[in-house]
Amino acid sequence: MSSSIIIPFEHQQSAHCETGVLSNLMRFHGLRVSEPMAFGIGSGLFYSHMPFIKLNGIPVTSYRILPGHIFKRFSRNMGAEMRRVKFRDPREAMDELDRTLDQGLPAGMLTSVFYLPYLPKAFRFHFNGHNIVVFGREGDEYLVSDPVMDAPTRIHRTALMRARFAKGMPDIKGRMYYPVRVPGDADTAGAAIKGLRRTARDMVNTPIRMFGAKGIPYLAGKLRNYERKLGEKDARQALGNLIRMQEEIGTGGAGFRFMFAAFLQETATLTGRSELGEHALTMTRIGDAWRDFAFEAGRVCKGRAAADITYGTLADKLVAIGKEETALFKELARTRKA
Amino acid sequence: MKKEEVPQDDANMLEGKFRVVKYALNEKGEYEKVPSVGWEPENTALEQAWDVINERVETARQAVLAGSLSPLAYHMEKNMMDAGLLGKHMGLPARKVKRHLEPAGFAELDAATLERYAEALLTTVAELKDVPR
Repeated sequence: MSSSIIIPFEHQQSAHCETGVLSNLMRFHGLRVSEPMAFGIGSGLFYSHMPFIKLNGIPVTSYRILPGHIFKRFSRNMGAEMRRVKFRDPREAMDELDRTLDQGLPAGMLTSVFYLPYLPKAFRFHFNGHNIVVFGREGDEYLVSDPVMDAPTRIHRTALMRARFAKGMPDIKGRMYYPVRVPGDADTAGAAIKGLRRTARDMVNTPIRMFGAKGIPYLAGKLRNYERKLGEKDARQALGNLIRMQEEIGTGGAGFRFMFAAFLQETATLTGRSELGEHALTMTRIGDAWRDFAFEAGRVCKGRAAADITYGTLADKLVAIGKEETALFKELARTRKA
Repeated sequence: MKKEEVPQDDANMLEGKFRVVKYALNEKGEYEKVPSVGWEPENTALEQAWDVINERVETARQAVLAGSLSPLAYHMEKNMMDAGLLGKHMGLPARKVKRHLEPAGFAELDAATLERYAEALLTTVAELKDVPR
């Protein structure tokens, strides 16, 4: 192993880590696919509110499918193949990374944001699902394309090893992946329609009340009682957590709804199906409603809400959003096969 | 959201290191990536989350100074861990870590274990044995 290797890897900033890594890795292998397209083809959009599953003590509300599944569905729909490995021994994981780089292949991997010193401190919580690409090595430092950043950065070997072996939910065990087959003639339009149909079905057909579009009124029901059940302080905190899951680094705004609208728009152009362009506008309006919810929720958090904004009116906003999402995804579920 | 509506509410959360991107509609009605330094509700929610963490750290620090917990408790909170998570990093059951959170349990630790705790908590053995005054 020579001490230095730099693979010519084009870094493009993204809103979200998983779709950003996917888009950047695919481009390296000759398949141009934007972040919203990667998100849509991988059927990334979803909604769930799971009061019984807690991350850092906070009930999980999620606007997307499970981590890692966007890769999976994207690969299936596009006919791409990834090699995925994990390790018991951190040294072994670093050796395998070195070997991969020496073959001229950039490698995607999971890390914990808590252990990434180059990220701003305010965002460094124990979240073990952050995807980055390593595309080179110089002495003891690795060259990193972190999709949420505007430019590539560097990390010391010891720090990277730690970030790749963070424990908790989940133990990530040095998880690393890279494409081994990327079709040169992929049917992007067909894959987009497949991805879209899957998302629509997930949103309207999942038969459990906390999942899909009906999870939104389910959360609304809980939210309505937050203040009475939790007390003012904890209610505000629960509200703050909702805002974070919806808006913090990684969703592109409105809990991925704008990214999904961008996907609909691009798919409309690609397939010539103008109705998808109309749906993109509807999705945008729904995204704006999510932003409005977050804005008012933020004021309640700070104790600065106008007198007419209460937990009840916030819940009403969610009920309205739930109705609109249900209607839109029912419509989208009728999208013709490619 | 239109491009010009993408909020630029800077609360120095990003430390000037970079801007995040949001998807918004440009003047032609097409989506594009638009950089943002932050948004007030997000900043509020983040500040609130840090207030909770800082409060826990301070409570632990006071308990250490009062002699009811070992300094390990302070460093554990500072790393946003609980006994379970710290135990995973140490290869120890949570109940052992809890024992070490007590001053008496902490006093029994050998040099090697202290060294491992220091590493897991991103600090030095000397610092691990104390809290900021």
